[in-house]
Amino acid sequence: MDYQFDFGPVFAHWPELLQGTLLTVYLTAVATAIGLPIAAVLAAVRSYGPRLLGAIVGIYVEIIRNTPFLIQLYFAFFALPALGLRMTANTAAIAAMVVNLVAYAIEIVRAGLDAIPRGQIEAGRALGLGSLRILRHIVLIQALRVVYPALASQFVLQLLGSSLVSAIAAEELTAVANNIMIVTFRNFEVFGVITVVYLALSLLFRALLGTIHQRMFRWTT
Amino acid sequence: MQLRDFGFNEFFFLVTAARWTVVLSLLAFGGGGLLGLVIALCRVSPWRSLRLFMTGYIQVMQGTPALMQLFMIYYGIGLFGIRPDPWVAAAYAFTISASAFFAEIWRGCIEAIPRGQWESARSLGLSFPMILRLVILPQAFRIMIPPTIGYMVQIIKGTSLASLVGFTELARAGQIINTMTFEPARVFGSVALIYFVLCWPLSHLSQRLESRIARTRGDRPGLA
Repeated sequence: MDYQFDFGPVFAHWPELLQGTLLTVYLTAVATAIGLPIAAVLAAVRSYGPRLLGAIVGIYVEIIRNTPFLIQLYFAFFALPALGLRMTANTAAIAAMVVNLVAYAIEIVRAGLDAIPRGQIEAGRALGLGSLRILRHIVLIQALRVVYPALASQFVLQLLGSSLVSAIAAEELTAVANNIMIVTFRNFEVFGVITVVYLALSLLFRALLGTIHQRMFRWTT
Repeated sequence: MQLRDFGFNEFFFLVTAARWTVVLSLLAFGGGGLLGLVIALCRVSPWRSLRLFMTGYIQVMQGTPALMQLFMIYYGIGLFGIRPDPWVAAAYAFTISASAFFAEIWRGCIEAIPRGQWESARSLGLSFPMILRLVILPQAFRIMIPPTIGYMVQIIKGTSLASLVGFTELARAGQIINTMTFEPARVFGSVALIYFVLCWPLSHLSQRLESRIARTRGDRPGLA
């Protein structure tokens, strides 16, 4: 192998790399912020709500979890505009990420809800609490503690999965890499650098979310 | 302007392209499973440096996007002056990626076997390979099956990434048909349907097996 590695031209593009990194984090954070509350509500519907609604949520979960994210992304970017819903690449990306995240988060949160003993809900009712207050003060707060680790790793998976968004030309990290590759012809070096950035991001967020976990759930049961 | 309508022939083209999705999935499952088993066994082995090395490998593989692994291999092959072949690159990348996940899944199952069994096997004078073969793996095997089938779904969905290096499997066939027919809703709806038909039976089977194991062990389903 007589190939001379040269990372210079890649690092010369550091402003774009930084911007791409920030957009990757931004897309993931926004999708999670929008998706988690929706998932919490839908998980409650699935566990405690009317049968029919619960079944519809179940079908949604099965469809999303059994089709690739890339196809969901194409659907959001190509099919929705054809059906009359115009979006920018970034909006389509966030929309697809939310739809995807919600399906996985519903299943995670539901496992947490099922871990709450029914006796506690009945005790809440006996104290005269309404359904929403029982859900908020008794069920969700405890369920969150149970499901936090799984949600945290889902966040990291979402962060890594956001690399696919480059396929519809949202300008995040992987898309930036593609652009730099075209200008510099340093294919391997570009993706080497990007891979390290992704690794650093996932290690960073794992550590960060782990610290939050320790701080937030100090109380014992 | 559209070149043609999305009809039966176009749908049939998607179905035939799906065979490459299946072939690629089987390769990744076979290769990744074999490599993953070796890594999982290294992770529970008595040799510390081996355990640490494999922990690092898994950290890196699970901490980077599968798409990056694919690109690295695809462009990495090019460094040797060989023209990168999307087919070969995809097979290697998905094998490597699957191996890390299988290793973690199976290590979890192996460690679910009570420590006392290891200790009593060792006190009977069995060596590490013998303990695995006679005591641990036969028991772990049963709980390994549901998550393994569940991960096959992830592999099938993951093969769609191969379309991004130009390998014509189901996802890329969908893109090709879409540019010809300009009917994205029907095209990608059909593509999604084919993926669903491939994946859903496996998801369903995995869940059923898992809840059956949970029932016989008398604990709650779902929290495996």
